[in-house]
Amino acid sequence: MKKLDSIKDLKLMANTIRQDIIRMLARAGSGHSAGPLGMADVFTALYFNVLKHDPKKPLASNRDRLILSNGHICPVRYAAMARAGYFPVKELSTLRKYRSRLQGHPSRRNFPPLEAATGSLGQGVCIAVGMALAAKLDKKKHFICCITSDGEHDEGSTWEAVNAAGKYKLDNLIFILDRNHIQICGFTKNVWPLEPLKAKYKAFNWNVIVINGHDFRQILDAVKKAKKSKKPIIIIANVIPGKGVSFMENKYEWHGKAPDEKQAEQALSELIQERAKIR
Amino acid sequence: MKSTRDGYGEMIVELAKKNKSIVALSADLTPSVRLENFKKKFPERFFQCGVAEANMIGMAAGLALDGKIPFVSSFAVFVPNRCLDHIRQSVCYTDANVKIVSTHAGVITGPDGATHQALEDIAVMRALPNMKVVVPCDFDQAKKAVKAITKTKGPVYVRLTRPKTPGLPKQSFKIGKANVLRKGKDVTIIACGPIVYEALEAGKKVNATVINCHTLDPIDKATIVKYAKKSKKIVTIEDHQIRGGLGGAIAELLGENHPVKLKRIGADGFGESGSPEELKKKFGLTVSNITRTCRLKK
Repeated sequence: MKKLDSIKDLKLMANTIRQDIIRMLARAGSGHSAGPLGMADVFTALYFNVLKHDPKKPLASNRDRLILSNGHICPVRYAAMARAGYFPVKELSTLRKYRSRLQGHPSRRNFPPLEAATGSLGQGVCIAVGMALAAKLDKKKHFICCITSDGEHDEGSTWEAVNAAGKYKLDNLIFILDRNHIQICGFTKNVWPLEPLKAKYKAFNWNVIVINGHDFRQILDAVKKAKKSKKPIIIIANVIPGKGVSFMENKYEWHGKAPDEKQAEQALSELIQERAKIR
Repeated sequence: MKSTRDGYGEMIVELAKKNKSIVALSADLTPSVRLENFKKKFPERFFQCGVAEANMIGMAAGLALDGKIPFVSSFAVFVPNRCLDHIRQSVCYTDANVKIVSTHAGVITGPDGATHQALEDIAVMRALPNMKVVVPCDFDQAKKAVKAITKTKGPVYVRLTRPKTPGLPKQSFKIGKANVLRKGKDVTIIACGPIVYEALEAGKKVNATVINCHTLDPIDKATIVKYAKKSKKIVTIEDHQIRGGLGGAIAELLGENHPVKLKRIGADGFGESGSPEELKKKFGLTVSNITRTCRLKK
């Protein structure tokens, strides 16, 4: 795997991935913008530093599993995987197109390194619990990392999975919460009560770390700590939906919308300007 | 007399002794779904999931995707119906090697009433891509079916029942291959599940061909069409809603391949509390009604 150790290199890669996201969504003409941009730093950290994985042996049995339970933010995963060497970057332009491996929501059948089929919420979290149990049965040392969203915590089955992981003391399971405070119909606090999330997870016998999901130092430290946890652990990553594109940031209207050509142009020019400032 | 669920409970233990990949999951119904022995013999491979069926399906999918052969068991009203979306996306869409073995199907579940009598599960599962659907007729066939599905890759649904029911003459079992139990004249009766017993008794009375169509998906087109061609009339019988189950599957198949007069017997509406015999009578799942239907001129 291509490992990036310096914060500057990670920031540059995240900026590249954000540009990829804008280009692929504009080309697709539909899809989700805010979520993928918000999680670009976390995915960069995962694929370019903390996950044990090998794009040349994508199904090696000792790989860390990464489940994207909030499947709709898959453009960020696809872009990170392309940049990590899983497939050519130009294939990103097939997002959401007929016969593409890059389905509108992740499909293991179409592309096995995606690990699971997700899109309908509250399911990847359950699959992650099953994979963590399988690893325990086989006495394997890899980790199961599951990205889940705040809106996904409206689903009852999410809490069933959280309860199961607590019951089975799955210390090989790490959730990372895409806490961007938006969902389709508005800000999460106005749609469905979620808080106090930290206290809820603690009550379910999990460890909790809260971080700024745009600070690489915090992301890397949190995952390092998470790997040593004696219980299942969630890293609540506070992120800004639409991060890096001024007119998308914190706008729930951008949850499920792709930029048109002009909007994409503006977004890219902002991201390119931002890139020049990265130190 | 033994129940089909007992056949499952016996066979899974037998298989798990040799096959270490087999794991079992239960949603707080371990004794009822006959996993108590499995749990005692292989505690490390048994997962109690609480009354949380949706997560249980996802856990099974995760276990399957990492090489295990999970058997998921609950009552057929809860799995599949309650967690259909999880079965569709987490199991079928990825073709995960999950075996769903549900018990307490049909009105013969009895006194618990309509809430616990699954009458829609075949229709629901038949509609899912990649899902095989198997309905054993007795204890012995349940054992054989459980053995066969373990060797088959991919998702399978097995529909089992609660009460002790009569054993039928010993039959071979192959997924997708219907068993012709007797050959008769003019009329062919097609059934699945323990009601095959009544179908056979009626068949003897009216000299009808009787087919045990234990696999609903993939359905045995060759056998069904072959006997339809020899018959003036087909009668289907099932302990399931009359829409979308065995009768529906036969109607689809013959409508396209060999239209012939068809009468479907099955439940039409919800069940209620009562004995299996009373409830079978309510929906005409009886030897006398099958006989009468076979003899009807229309």
